[in-house]
Amino acid sequence: MLSSADLDTLLLTFKVAGIATTIMLLIGTPLAWWLSRTNSSLKGVINAIVALPLVLPPTVLGFYLLVLMGPTGIIGQFTHWLGIEALPFTFYGLVVGSVLYSMPFVVQPLQSAFAMVGKQSLEAAATLRASPLDSFFSVVMPLAKPGFITAAILGFTHTVGEFGVVLMIGGNIPNKTRVVSVQIYNHVEALEYTDAHWLAGCLLLFSFTVLLVLYSQFKSPPMAQQFK
Amino acid sequence: MTVINARFKLNYDDFRLDVDLTLPSTGVSVLFGHSGSGKTTLLRCIAGLEQAPLGYLEINEHVWQDSKRQIFIPTYKRPLGYVFQEANLFSHLTVLDNLHFGLKRIKNNLGLIKLNQTIELLGIGHLLARMPNNLSGGERQRIAIARALALNPEILLMDEPLASLDLKRKQEILPYLSRLHQQLDIPVIYVTHSQQEVAQLADTLVILEDGHILAMGPLAETQSRLDLPLAQDREAATVWQVKIIEHESDYHLTRVEFEGGSLSLAAIEAEIGAVLRVQIYARDVSIVLIKPSATSILNVLPAVITELIEGRDSQTVVQLKVGQQLLLAHITRKSLLLLGLKIGMLVFVQIKGTSILN
Repeated sequence: MLSSADLDTLLLTFKVAGIATTIMLLIGTPLAWWLSRTNSSLKGVINAIVALPLVLPPTVLGFYLLVLMGPTGIIGQFTHWLGIEALPFTFYGLVVGSVLYSMPFVVQPLQSAFAMVGKQSLEAAATLRASPLDSFFSVVMPLAKPGFITAAILGFTHTVGEFGVVLMIGGNIPNKTRVVSVQIYNHVEALEYTDAHWLAGCLLLFSFTVLLVLYSQFKSPPMAQQFK
Repeated sequence: MTVINARFKLNYDDFRLDVDLTLPSTGVSVLFGHSGSGKTTLLRCIAGLEQAPLGYLEINEHVWQDSKRQIFIPTYKRPLGYVFQEANLFSHLTVLDNLHFGLKRIKNNLGLIKLNQTIELLGIGHLLARMPNNLSGGERQRIAIARALALNPEILLMDEPLASLDLKRKQEILPYLSRLHQQLDIPVIYVTHSQQEVAQLADTLVILEDGHILAMGPLAETQSRLDLPLAQDREAATVWQVKIIEHESDYHLTRVEFEGGSLSLAAIEAEIGAVLRVQIYARDVSIVLIKPSATSILNVLPAVITELIEGRDSQTVVQLKVGQQLLLAHITRKSLLLLGLKIGMLVFVQIKGTSILN
C-alpha cells in the first residue's frame, strides 16, 4: 500500500503540475498565437528558445535555473528586491522550473492548432462584426479545442514525470519539493522495491488512463500533430 | 445618386491596383475580369480586409477609409455583408448558430425579422440544425449568403460566390440570386469572371484588367461598347430588360415589350407585367436592308446602325439601336461590303434566338 508520505508526494506532484499547467496555458496561448501569426524576425529566436527544453538535458536547465534563481543570480536578486525568499528549494521554485521545462509541450500543439484555424475564419468573423479579441474567443478557441486539450494534457503529464530539474532546483524536501519521481528514486536507493512498485504502478496507470481517454476522444491521435 | 466612391492605389511585388470607382446606390454592380485583374483585391479593399496604402472610400456618405486623414475603419465596424468564394462557415457551430453569429453582435431589432425572411428566401429552413460539414457546397453557400444578409447590411459584397461550385450547384443557386436581386434594396457588389453571371445579375458592369478599370457603366451600354474586347467575344451578347404584355397560348408564345418595341418569345410561365431579362447573342442577329415579307423569323425589328468595327478574322461587329435598346450583331466582312452598311443607316435586324435569364 501507499504510505502517507508517498500519498503526500503524489498530492504535491499533482499540485505542482496543476499550477504549472495553468500558468503555461496562460502564457503559452498568447505566445503560440503570436508565433502562429507573426512574420517578425524574432520568430525564429523565440521558437528556438521555447523548444530548447526539448533537447536540453534537464540537469543543464536545472543547473542554470539554480544559478539564476540563487541569491546572486538575476532572478534571485529580483525576488530579494520583491521581498520574497529565494526560489531554489521551494514549491514555487519547482513551479517556475516546471513551467520552463514543459513549455514546448504546451506551445507547440497550440501553435499548430492555431495555424490550422486559418485566415479565412478570422476574416469571416470580421465581416460578421466580431472584433479581433471577440474572434479569438468565439472562433479561434473553439476551433483549436483539440490543440488546447493536447497542450494541457502534455504539459501536465510532462510535469508530473519531471526528475532532473526537480533534483537540481528543488532537492528532496518532504511536503515542499519532494515529488513522486524523486520519491521513487528514494525508495529504490533504500532498496524499498515494494514501495517503489506501488508508486511506479500509480504513475503507469495514470499515464495510460490519460492516453486512453485522449485517444478514444479523438479519431486521429492529437499528439501526432505536435512533432509535424 | 451615387453611393460608392472608391479610389485605391496598392502595390504588391507582382501586382498593382489603381482604381477610381463610382457606383450607383441600387442594383448589382458586377466587377468583371480575368483572374489576376484585381477584382477580388478591389472588393477586399472595400471590405477593409485589405488596406490599400493610398485609398479613399465613401459609402452612403460615410467615409470608411481616407489615407490622407489616417482614417481606416476596421472591417468589423463596417456595416457590410460579405460572401466569400468558399462559404467559410464556422465548422464548430450549427447552421443556426452560424446565422446568429453576426446577429448577436449588432444592436438592431430588425435582425430577427430579416433573418426569417432571408431563411425563407434562400430555402434553408430545413438545414438549421445541421453542422456545416454535412452540407453540400450549394447549401453551404446559400447559408453564407443568408448569414451576411441577416446583418441587414448597408451593402452586400460577394466574391465569386459560385466559382467553387459545379455547374449543377450553380444552377441551383442562381435562381436564388436572381430573387435576391429583385428583392434587395441595398447595393450589391459582385465579383465574377463568368459572363453568364454578368448577364443574369449585373445592372452596372465594371470591367477590370491588370489592376485598373477598363470600363464601367450600365450593363447594356458597357456590353455593347465596340472598343472593349467583350463585344468581339464569340459569346458577345446584350441583355435587355423586358416586360410581359401578352401570352399567345395558341402558339405557345409570350409577347414582351422593351423601350421602343416588342418581341415574341417562347412561352414563359409568368404573369403579365412581370419583368425579365432576355439575352440576345450577337451571333444570333442578322441584318437586312428591306423588311422581308416572308420569313420564318418572328422578331424582325427596325434599327439604326450606331457603330461598326472590323473585328478579328472575317468578322465585323455592328452596334445598333432598336428603339432605346442597344444591340450587337456579328456579321461577316463580306456581308458588310455587299450590303454597304454605314453608320446612321436604317436597317432591319432579324433575331434568330433569345434566351430568358430569369
